[in-house]
Amino acid sequence: MARKTIRSIPQQRALMPVQEPEIRAKNFDEVALGFDVPNALLECERCLVCPQPACIEGCPVNIDIPGFITRMIKHDYQGAYDLLTDSTLLPAVCGRVCPQEDQCEGVCPVGAGGTLEPVAIGRLERWLGDRAIAEGWRKVSHIERQPFRVGIVGSGPAGMACAADLAKAGCKVTIFEALHEPGGVLRYGIPEFRLPNSVVDAEIGAIEALGVEIKCNTLVGRLFTIEQMLGEMGYDAVFIGTGAGSPRFMDLPGEGLNGVLSANELLTRCNLMRAGQFPAYDTPLGLGKRVAVIGAGNTAMDAMRVSLRLGAEEVHCIYRRTETECPARKEELHHAEEEGIEFHWLTNPVEILGDANGNVRTLRCVRMELGDPDASGRRSPVVVPGSEFDFEADTVVYAIGTSPNPILGQTSKLKLDKRGYIQCDDSLATSLAGVYAGGDIVTGAATVILAMGAGRKAAASIKRYLGIRDSGRVYAPEHAGLDGSIFGIDLAERNFTHVRLI
Amino acid sequence: MTDYNDAGAAGAIHTRPSKTNPYEDIRSRGFPILTRTDFSDVTFLLEVEHPAMARAAKPGQFVIIILDEHGERVPLTIADFDRDRGTVTLVVQAVGKSTRQMQATLHEGGTLYGIVGPMGVPSHVSGAKKVICVGGGLGVAPIYPQARAFKEAGAYVIGVVGFRNKDLVFWDDKFRAVCDEFIICTDDGSVGIKGLVTLGITQALQAHVDVDEVVVIGPPIMMKGCVETTRPYKVKTMVSLNPIMVDGTGMCGGCRVKVDDRIRFACVDGPDFDGHKVDFDDLMLRLKRYKAQERDALERYDENCRRTQLPHEAGGAH
Ligand SMILES: Cc1cc2nc3c(=O)[nH]c(=O)nc-3n(C[C@H](O)[C@H](O)[C@H](O)COP(=O)(O)OP(=O)(O)OC[C@H]3O[C@@H](n4cnc5c(N)ncnc54)[C@H](O)[C@@H]3O)c2cc1C
Ligand SMILES: Cc1cc2nc3c(=O)[nH]c(=O)nc-3n(C[C@H](O)[C@H](O)[C@H](O)COP(=O)(O)OP(=O)(O)OC[C@H]3O[C@@H](n4cnc5c(N)ncnc54)[C@H](O)[C@@H]3O)c2cc1C
Ligand code: SF4
Ligand code: FES
Repeated sequence: MARKTIRSIPQQRALMPVQEPEIRAKNFDEVALGFDVPNALLECERCLVCPQPACIEGCPVNIDIPGFITRMIKHDYQGAYDLLTDSTLLPAVCGRVCPQEDQCEGVCPVGAGGTLEPVAIGRLERWLGDRAIAEGWRKVSHIERQPFRVGIVGSGPAGMACAADLAKAGCKVTIFEALHEPGGVLRYGIPEFRLPNSVVDAEIGAIEALGVEIKCNTLVGRLFTIEQMLGEMGYDAVFIGTGAGSPRFMDLPGEGLNGVLSANELLTRCNLMRAGQFPAYDTPLGLGKRVAVIGAGNTAMDAMRVSLRLGAEEVHCIYRRTETECPARKEELHHAEEEGIEFHWLTNPVEILGDANGNVRTLRCVRMELGDPDASGRRSPVVVPGSEFDFEADTVVYAIGTSPNPILGQTSKLKLDKRGYIQCDDSLATSLAGVYAGGDIVTGAATVILAMGAGRKAAASIKRYLGIRDSGRVYAPEHAGLDGSIFGIDLAERNFTHVRLI
Repeated sequence: MTDYNDAGAAGAIHTRPSKTNPYEDIRSRGFPILTRTDFSDVTFLLEVEHPAMARAAKPGQFVIIILDEHGERVPLTIADFDRDRGTVTLVVQAVGKSTRQMQATLHEGGTLYGIVGPMGVPSHVSGAKKVICVGGGLGVAPIYPQARAFKEAGAYVIGVVGFRNKDLVFWDDKFRAVCDEFIICTDDGSVGIKGLVTLGITQALQAHVDVDEVVVIGPPIMMKGCVETTRPYKVKTMVSLNPIMVDGTGMCGGCRVKVDDRIRFACVDGPDFDGHKVDFDDLMLRLKRYKAQERDALERYDENCRRTQLPHEAGGAH
C-alpha cells in the first residue's frame, strides 16, 4: 500500500454527533455522543502512521497511538484496546476529559499546517474505551499472588491507577475513600453530561474485578494515621492520592453573603449529592437565576454549564485575562459558548454587595487590560483605572483554583513543600519510608491523565520497594518471525504467565 | 533488562495484626445501632458500633452521617465514645427533615447507612487549672467529653448547662460525676437557676477569679452571648462552630467561617475557635442560607408521615 500523505487522507474529521445546544442545555445527558463504527474507521484513515510519531511523545503516558489505530483499521478492536491499555487504565475517561489539543492532537502533523484538524485521537480512544465497556473486555494477566498488602488513600484517578497496577502485581490492595462514593473528582466534580457516572462505575468495577477492595466513608488521618497503616494495621506500603481539593476564595468584601459558594460546593451538591433532584434527594442546591462564575478553567466551565442545566436563566463567566489564556479544554469552552454562556473577558470582581436579607445582589467588577510582559514573558492583567461597574447577580461561584487538603499534613509527619503539597522525590517516594504519593496532592491541580500516570509511576516504585518483579512491563517481541523464540513464544517473556483470560 | 532482583523491600515483612485489631475489618457501610435512648420528644441518643472510630475519637470531634442513598450528609458531634465497647455516642435534636427522619427510623438493632469520622481538629485540652464547660441546646451532650477530658487532666471543672425546663434535662448524673461544681439553668426555673447559661457563667466567674478557660458549645446565638459575657473578664473562651457542611473534608468551602477576619474552614481548621475572634453574625447569616428549602422539606416530610402514619407521628406529637 502506498504511504498515506496529507493530501490522500480524508480532509474532514469524521462526524461525531453532539446534542443540539438548545436541547442539551436543559438536560444532563452526555453532550458528545461518540463515533459509530464507520466514522471511527474513517477517522482512523486520517492517521499518517508517522515513522516517528509526534503524538506518542505528546501523550503524557506515551500511548502507542499509531499502533492502536493500525489495529483498528484491521478491525482488531480488542487488540487495539489491549495496546491502548498498556499505557492508560481509564481510556473511556481519558478519551472524554484529556486536553488533547495540548497533548497528542496538538503535535499531530495532520493539524500542523493549520488548514486541517488533527486526527481525533481522543474520540478514537473514547470509542475503544466505550466498546470495551459494552463488550466486557478485560485485560487480566495471570496474577501471581504476593504476600504484600498495600493501602491506598483516595479513590481518584491517581489512587485507582496505582491500585490497579499493584493488584495486577499480586498485592492485596485496599483503597480508602473519605466520601461515600469512590472516584474522586471524576465522581464529585466532572458532571454527568461530560463524563457519565456509568463510565466511572464501569472503570471502578474493572478495578474491583482485579480484587481491589474499596472502603468508602473512611477519612484517613483522622480514623487512623498513615503511620498506623504502616504499623499496627500491617500495610507494607502506602500510596497517597488525596487530590488538591480545598477551594480558594479571594477575600473580597461580601464573600460571606448567602449565594456565594465555591464551584466545588456547587458541583458536589449537584453531582455527588444530586441536589438537582431536591426534594427527592435531601441536599438542597440554592442556585439563583443570574449566576456569575469567576474563573475560566475546566472547573468554571463545569460550574457554568451545570448552573444552566439546573435552571439558571443567565450564566456569566468573569475572567481577568483573555480568551487566549483561558485554561479550559477548548471543546468545553466551545460547548459553553454554544449553550449561551456569556463571557466577560478582562474583567475582575472587587466586591460583592448584598440585599437586606444578606443575599447576593450585585457583583462589582473592574475592567482589566494586559500589561507589559513580565520576566516570564506572560502579559499579566492590570486594572483599567476608573473602570468600576456593577453587575447584577444573585449567585456568585468561585472557580479560581484550589489549595492542598490539609488533613494528612495535620495528622502525620509527612514532609510538605512550601505551599503545603506533599514533597516527593523522582520515584514519588515521600519523606516516610514505604509511603508514596502522586496526583494533585503532589503537583497541585493538574489533569486526570497526569494523576493516573503518577499513580502508575508510584506503583512501579512500590513494586521495586517491595522487591516485586515489574509485571507491568510490556513484553513486545523485538522482531517478527520465529527467531529468538521457542515454540513461537518470545524469549523475552521468560515465563508463560502472560495469558489473556478474556 | 529486568527488574527481577531489584532488592529494596526494607522491612517489608511485618507480623500480621491480631484478630482483635479494630482495624482488621473496618466497616464502610451499614453500621449497627446498639442502643437508642430518648431524652425528650425532640432529643435522643444513638450508640453506634464502630470500633476503629471509638479508638480514634477525641473530645471536640464530629462525624457525618447519611441516612440512606437519598440522604444529605448531616454533621453531629461525638458526644461520647467507649473504646471497650467499640462505640461512639451521638445525641441528636430533631429540628428539621433529616433529623426528624432519624428520630423516626433509627432504632436499636437497626443500622446506619453511612457514618464517617472522626472529623475536625480535636479540642485542645489545655493545661488550664480551672475551667467552665458550658453547654446549651444541641451542645449539652458534646460538652460532656470535654468536661471529662479536663477532669482527667486534673483541672477543676465547673459545668454549666441550659435547658428550657426540668423535663428536658438529661445526663445530669454523668456531668456531676466529672464536674466539681455543676450549675443547671432553665428558662422557667423548674430546676437549678432561672435564666440563661450566661447567668450561670457570670455566677461562676464572680465566684472564681482564677478561671483560666471557658469552653462553650451550643446554638450560635447562645455562644455569641457567652463570649460577650466572658469578654470583660478577659478569660480565654473556646467555641465549637456548627456551620452548614457538605463533605466535611475541606473540599467544598461551604463551612467557611470568619475568625479574626480570616476565612477558615470549620470542618478541617476547627470546629473549635477562639470565641472572642469569631464573627457570629456571619455564621448566623449563613446558617439561614437554605431556610426556604429546609421549611419545604420538613413540610413535605410531615405531610408524608401523616399520610403513611410513621410511628413518630402516630403518637400525635404535633
Ligand atoms: C470540576 C473539575 C473539572 C475537571 N475537568 C478536567 C478535565 O476535563 N480534564 C482533565 O484532565 N482534568 C480535569 N480536572 C482535573 C482532574 O480531575 C484532577 O487533576 C484529577 O482528578 C486529580 O486526581 P487525583 O487522583 O490526584 O485526586 P482526586 O480526583 O481529587 O481524588 C482524591 C480523592 O481522595 C479523597 N481523599 C482526600 N483526602 C482523603 C483522606 N484524608 N482520606 C481518604 N480519602 C481522601 C477525596 O475524597 C477524593 O475522592 C477537573 C477538575 C475539576 C475539579
Ligand atoms: C460540627 C457540627 C456539629 C453538630 N453537632 C450536632 C449534635 O451533636 N447534635 C445535633 O442535634 N445537631 C448537631 N449539629 C447540627 C445538625 O447538623 C443540624 O441540626 C442538622 O444538619 C439539621 O438537619 P435537618 O435536615 O434535620 O434540618 P434542616 O431542615 O436542614 O434545618 C433545620 C434548622 O437547623 C438549622 N441547621 C441546619 N443545618 C445546621 C447545622 N449544620 N448546624 C446548626 N444548625 C443547622 C437550620 O438553620 C434550621 O434552622 C451539628 C452541626 C455541625 C456543623
Ligand atoms: S502524529 Fe497524528 S498522523 Fe502521526 S501517527 Fe500520531 S495521530 Fe497519526
Ligand atoms: S464542609 Fe466542605 S469544606 Fe468543610
